[in-house]
Amino acid sequence: MIINQKLLEKKSLEYRKTIIKIIYNSRAGHTGGSLSCIDILNVLYNCILEITPNNFATFERNNYIHSKGHSVEALYTILCGLGFFKKEDLDTLNAFNSHFIGHPTRKVLGVEHNTGALGHGLSVAVGLSLAKKKDKSKKKVFALLGDGELTEGSVWEACTSASKYQLDNLIVIVDRNHLQITGKTEDINPIEPLDEKFKSFGFDVKFVNGNNISELLEIFQKVPFTAGKPSVIIANTIKGCGVSFIENEISWHHKVPTDEEYKKAIKELDEKLNKYE
Amino acid sequence: MNNIGKPNLEIFAETLLGQAKVNKNILVVTSDSRGSGKLVNFGKELPDQIIEVGIAEQNLVGISAGLSAGGKKVFGVSPASFLTARSIEQIKNDVCYSNQPVVLVGISAGISYGQLGSTHHSIHDFASLRTFNNISIVAPADNLEASEVIKASVGYEKPLYIRYGKKPMMNIHSPKTNFQIGKAITVSKGEDITLVSTGETVQRAVLAGDILKTKGINPNIISMHTIKPFDKDIFIKMAKKSKVLISIEEHSIYGGLGEQCANIIAQNKINLDFKILGIPDEYIVNGSQADVLDYYNMSPEKIAALSAQMLG
Repeated sequence: MIINQKLLEKKSLEYRKTIIKIIYNSRAGHTGGSLSCIDILNVLYNCILEITPNNFATFERNNYIHSKGHSVEALYTILCGLGFFKKEDLDTLNAFNSHFIGHPTRKVLGVEHNTGALGHGLSVAVGLSLAKKKDKSKKKVFALLGDGELTEGSVWEACTSASKYQLDNLIVIVDRNHLQITGKTEDINPIEPLDEKFKSFGFDVKFVNGNNISELLEIFQKVPFTAGKPSVIIANTIKGCGVSFIENEISWHHKVPTDEEYKKAIKELDEKLNKYE
Repeated sequence: MNNIGKPNLEIFAETLLGQAKVNKNILVVTSDSRGSGKLVNFGKELPDQIIEVGIAEQNLVGISAGLSAGGKKVFGVSPASFLTARSIEQIKNDVCYSNQPVVLVGISAGISYGQLGSTHHSIHDFASLRTFNNISIVAPADNLEASEVIKASVGYEKPLYIRYGKKPMMNIHSPKTNFQIGKAITVSKGEDITLVSTGETVQRAVLAGDILKTKGINPNIISMHTIKPFDKDIFIKMAKKSKVLISIEEHSIYGGLGEQCANIIAQNKINLDFKILGIPDEYIVNGSQADVLDYYNMSPEKIAALSAQMLG
């Protein structure tokens, strides 16, 4: 388990480079959303979840559901870093007959559940949390949802059950980057006040800067926030975080970098990395 | 002579309760459907093994998949009409694609809800689910099939959909009949004509056979309880020795048993006179399950008459 903040920050930059690289090489991917959630995945997988290739096939462990399945490049990058598969395998992303499909698939070791259609992951996470309660396990289930995903009605169906069964082993994280494919979430179909919505569904809600390693480390130590209640962490993030010209740009939802943009992005990330040397 | 048993739904609930009493890993998930699913006793006797999500079928399937991922053997029980339409994407992705061996139980299937109308009918379930890779589909005909499929489902390692109706069913098979998912049961052997059916219309095929026998015609009758994987071997064997074949199903004529039969006939150089009986592509006539099936030419008398006419 890593608790060195500097080391984690450096890892986040390296992960960002990998995300840009695999999207550039495969000519497809969800750049903005992968970059907005990568710090959350970094802290979860390296400090909190304790999911390893060795314990992955067992039930008595924590679970992570990547409900915002389009940001698969972030998930594959993290799993690769943890040794679930080789770097060469990751390089086959989106290639013909590759297991590395453009949305999470259990064909890839380390992926818990096949996602991609939105609004599915939370019910599955509720089911996993219930199974843990039945087994009297102390382990937890974490689910990452996109903010655009929250207009799916099935998300709120899942919330009612999480609350009814007092699933304090369920931790929902919202990647609140404020953008979706067409524009701003609040212009498309407003989801605010988000904290009040979740509270009224029986959750305890806290905010965090989802691109700040130190804040993420702190908040994940505090879950569940209240015994007997499911927790929601609204992680305020920047879509495309870490690369200046990708940040907050709607077009980068699933834009692939050109040669020039690729070089520029890598240069920018390398310059940030150099500060950690 | 005809021995009427219980509704298959009751047999389902009794069998599942029996299995769940000795296997605490079995969980049932309901969507305000324990009454319709005859699971009130289950809820009373095994309160820790039933999860109630309220009227939320998408959530029911998603939670079932999650429980399965957590190592539980899950039976998601909801009216077939809603389960296989409202939550079809959860079945496709969270159960089939994610390979969770959940048992999805569609209750009051087909036109069991009769006069309640099209919103409550499931004459689309075979067609829609057949296109999903990795799911098996079973429609039990009588109490034996209704019970045996539940016993088989507990250890079944793939997604499975089972549909049940509400009316008491005729006992078709002897208690010693061997039931296996994916293996059709030959109810009677005859010559020249084969009646193939699935689920609650099998008894109509059997009764049509009784009428035909009085006219000196002995049909082959097959209970094709498993729609997928389809037992091609027995079907081809029977079809090849028949001059006439009629499929009978409580389902749209599109995408169900009949079209599966047509597919196999067309691709295996089988030359015979073939008719599909089912619900046509129209606003369905209002009536009880029995009245509707009779209206759409699936009464024993009409099946027998069509058989005799086709035999010439």
